[in-house]
Amino acid sequence: MPKLTIDGVEVEVEPGITVLQACETAGVEIPRFCYHERLSIAGNCRMCLVEMEKSPKPIASCAMPVAEGMVIRTDSEMAVKARRGVMEFLLINHPLDCPICDQGGECDLQDQALFYGFDRTRFEEAKRSVKEKDFGPLIQTFMTRCIHCTRCVRFATEIAGVEELGLTGRGEDVEIGTYIEKALVSELSGNMIDLCPVGALTSKPYAFTARSWELTKTESIDALDAVGSAIRVDSRGGEVMRVLPRLNEAVNEEWISDKTRFAYDGLRRQRLDRPYVRRDGKLEEASWDQAFAAIAGQLEDAPGRRIAAIAGDLADCESMLALKDLMAALGSVHTDCRQDGARIEAGERAGYIFNTTIAGIERADACLLIGTDPRFEAPLINARLRKRYLAGGFSVGFVGPEVDLTYRAEPLGAGPKTLGEIAAGEHPFAAVLDDAAHPMLIVGQGALARPDGARVLATARRIAEETGMIGDGWNGFNVLHLAAARVGGLDIGFVPGEGGLDVAAILEAAGSGGLDAVYLLGADEIDMAALADTFVIYQGHHGDAGAEAADVILPGAAYTEKDATYVNTEGRAQHGRLAVFPPGEAREDWKIIRALSGVLGRTLPYDDIGALRARMIEVNRIFAAPDEARPAEWGAFGTPGPMDPAPFAYPLENFYMTDPITRASMTMAECTALARSANKDKTGTDG
Amino acid sequence: MLDDKDRIFTNLYGAKDWRLKGARSRGDWDKPGDLMAKGGDWIIEEVKKSGLRGRGGAGFPTGLKWSFMPKESDGRPHYLVVNADEGEPGTCKDRDVLRNEPHKLIEGCLLASLAMNAHLAYIYIRGEFHREAEHLEAAVEEAREAGLIGKDACGSGFEFDIRVHRGAGAYICGEETALLESLEGRKGMPRLKPPFPAGAGLYGCPTTVNNVESIAAVPDILRRGGSWFSALGRPNNTGTKIFCISGHVNDPCNVEEEMGIPLKELIDRHAGGVRGGWDNLLAVIPGGSSVPLIPKSICDSVLMDFDSLLEVKSGLGTAAVIVMDKSTDIVAAIARLSKFYKHESCGQCTPCREGTGWMWRVMERMVTGNAGIKEIDMLLEVSREIEGHTICALGDAAAWPVQGLIRHFRPELERRIEAYKAAQAGTRAA
Repeated sequence: MPKLTIDGVEVEVEPGITVLQACETAGVEIPRFCYHERLSIAGNCRMCLVEMEKSPKPIASCAMPVAEGMVIRTDSEMAVKARRGVMEFLLINHPLDCPICDQGGECDLQDQALFYGFDRTRFEEAKRSVKEKDFGPLIQTFMTRCIHCTRCVRFATEIAGVEELGLTGRGEDVEIGTYIEKALVSELSGNMIDLCPVGALTSKPYAFTARSWELTKTESIDALDAVGSAIRVDSRGGEVMRVLPRLNEAVNEEWISDKTRFAYDGLRRQRLDRPYVRRDGKLEEASWDQAFAAIAGQLEDAPGRRIAAIAGDLADCESMLALKDLMAALGSVHTDCRQDGARIEAGERAGYIFNTTIAGIERADACLLIGTDPRFEAPLINARLRKRYLAGGFSVGFVGPEVDLTYRAEPLGAGPKTLGEIAAGEHPFAAVLDDAAHPMLIVGQGALARPDGARVLATARRIAEETGMIGDGWNGFNVLHLAAARVGGLDIGFVPGEGGLDVAAILEAAGSGGLDAVYLLGADEIDMAALADTFVIYQGHHGDAGAEAADVILPGAAYTEKDATYVNTEGRAQHGRLAVFPPGEAREDWKIIRALSGVLGRTLPYDDIGALRARMIEVNRIFAAPDEARPAEWGAFGTPGPMDPAPFAYPLENFYMTDPITRASMTMAECTALARSANKDKTGTDG
Repeated sequence: MLDDKDRIFTNLYGAKDWRLKGARSRGDWDKPGDLMAKGGDWIIEEVKKSGLRGRGGAGFPTGLKWSFMPKESDGRPHYLVVNADEGEPGTCKDRDVLRNEPHKLIEGCLLASLAMNAHLAYIYIRGEFHREAEHLEAAVEEAREAGLIGKDACGSGFEFDIRVHRGAGAYICGEETALLESLEGRKGMPRLKPPFPAGAGLYGCPTTVNNVESIAAVPDILRRGGSWFSALGRPNNTGTKIFCISGHVNDPCNVEEEMGIPLKELIDRHAGGVRGGWDNLLAVIPGGSSVPLIPKSICDSVLMDFDSLLEVKSGLGTAAVIVMDKSTDIVAAIARLSKFYKHESCGQCTPCREGTGWMWRVMERMVTGNAGIKEIDMLLEVSREIEGHTICALGDAAAWPVQGLIRHFRPELERRIEAYKAAQAGTRAA
């Protein structure tokens, strides 16, 4: 452990770290623009210059490895003078348009200028101005403000894996850009906005809508995919103004996907802000009492076996448990949370979660992807896979259609046939997994949401068992979910009870008049035509497919509007928090179900969220340990048997629109249009 | 003055055959196997003993640089990279070596590579050197055909080959790490040091980058002995050096001379003297555009070597002597250099990217006098904010000419500013 002296204080630090990091351990903060701990070191801003004994010149602390006996001064005249000089250079061509810049108030350059800037300029020449560039619907560029730190370039190249950005030109004419002007095609592009230390890259949808200091910041959890990224919801008045990532090393590090970040405008559109009841074939506004009365009227004489409930992809655990309890009280066992018909059972937890954990990916050395395109199904898991890949010694193979994962992955085959070969040890990739110390596989919904899904699952289990994925302290078997509600639903047991109907059976029964009522808890991704002749109760927050088919609409809360629990694909239960109140008469979802239970004369035994959460823990112990991904016991799951030879298909048609919120978002619509046109214009010769 | 017998580059002017036959007649490739048989350590020792300092400008001891290479390979190959991207304004020494003495360079590459256990050398040649590259490539081919390099170089069993790579015209690619970036196919932007190339250079492998003239001098040093070389010149500034004399002299030329020759003697004896006589001299840039100029008063007595020029706050650089007589608009001359550095800055790091343009613009105003007296000090301060704060030496190179100008010609700057003011006042009055 090298010892060095920083500003007269001797510190002992880990070998191999940089002087800048050593200074941080010593409690000395070094100003920096280009340095970022998750990106490669560029050393180009020169803001972190410090004085090093025996060096005639100041050194860039971000790039200098520590060595025994170094004597560093961060506050000497040489160091401070150097930084003042660099700051002056950064500011001479900076427009200083802070009053009209969205970065104002959270700008590194602004902050550092306070310490190292002059209060007036000596620069008498004309300032440089740089043409704006069109980076697509998400990122607004003000290239004149750019200080050429290249963080965005390094992020795109290293983390996002799209080599689209670069520094073109030379000297004072260098510009960040795509060379041929085009929108950035990355599902992680929004992170560049956070990384940009100045206002050169700002959020286009957020442009000029708020100042950072006016915003109320609520720490929450994203529900738009099954990763459960840590987010911060910034709101003003009753509106979500933007969504930013929060640090969670175990899940999303400090990144979020573009869907997570930019779909928030969908929270303002198509909202259900009051109950509706269908009268004479037309949905009419109603009061809560009228809505509840309509439901009570329908359910009064209905036997439990003629009532069913389906939970959608955004449903929270609290409301799912409340609904399950209500259905049980009504005598129904027809509950299901698997809208897509995925053949996953609620029994063995190890059979439906991402056992390796996202952070655990970094320990793996081989990975088999089965019917999943993690780049779009879970961009942050893909980012972690890429991170692992870049560290070297990581072979990835995939079974499914051709896919660009941003790292090298070997196409093994299209479907179950290949999978069978791997399971039988007949495929060369089986040997790769065998030889790996920590092999892993990820089975996606593209492989499970099909009639033979349970058999695919069993085959995947066999591969895991036979290639040494299951062992002491290591479980390489992973299921990648798409819906934030899914793992929670399985943990709660929101699946058909003894003799109960699953989603397909519910729809079939409804179509043939076998059901009196179907309760949709935010379920919009099912075939509504089958429900045409059945009484449909839709509880949700958006006027999407479910609301259209409904006979009674109960307006609920979106994920930013309630204190609710979601379990991510790793099986990590996390609490989302209320950032803004639900609009109009809409209410938090579990409260609606609790109120309805009273009207139906089957009052649920919890009056507050504390009591409900106690009940959740009673149902499943995992809710007692929020934020933790507890290892699950290995067990038997899946159904062995021959699989359908039809190739796997990836479940996401459009990454940007997967649920009622994103479908209501203008921003996501623009991204969709762009992605579609990008695909359409491909001629095969355009690169 | 250098005796003819001590000359290394005997065909500097291309009067004789540059091909293998001609080179052999001048003593090149004379039993290279014998030198190789003495081993790499002997070669490094001999070069160290010679006191040879890098001829590319920085003057780092060549033998010492070689000894930084790992003694044993850890599995990675070692590389020798020859910097033939001669772009320093005023400098044209390597060019003559490349076109008239290519075999000296090739033989030097072989011996240097043996010393560093490199089996492949890259010669990165300036893109504009079209004919030179043709000569070099032809010479490499000749050497390969003659078995001097290749699978079994000179019959020694040592495998060695040379690849010639043409640059694309960026000055910054003459900086050793930018050169490596360019060689790897990327944009020529200098790398952060450490790691130094000897630890992680070309393709991340141990690499030594040497100037053409340094490498070309090696065969003669080894044949005649390090002590022969070190006996020439002055202590710590040994050997011979090719000087490139240009500008306001009667006979601009390249000439190989002993290190430490007085500047006046160099100009008078080899370049036919300053145009209009020594007293017509205004200033000299003694080592290529990057070093500060020195006024006549210093030129009268200064010796041409690393240490002597450092003492007068200039440098030997590439030994490109740019002579300016009294007809020179010295401010415009330095402003032109500022423009050059602004144009050639790679734009990677802040002080150079922003500072070179600023300096140039102020310099342009200084030429006409359209500036304030205070701006002279500001300009000096800006140059100091660049100097030493950048990733590579281009920042320093951009700052020094301006600093030299202010150091020695401040009255001239002030005179112009006053004259401009007076003229403005005159027009206003009229």
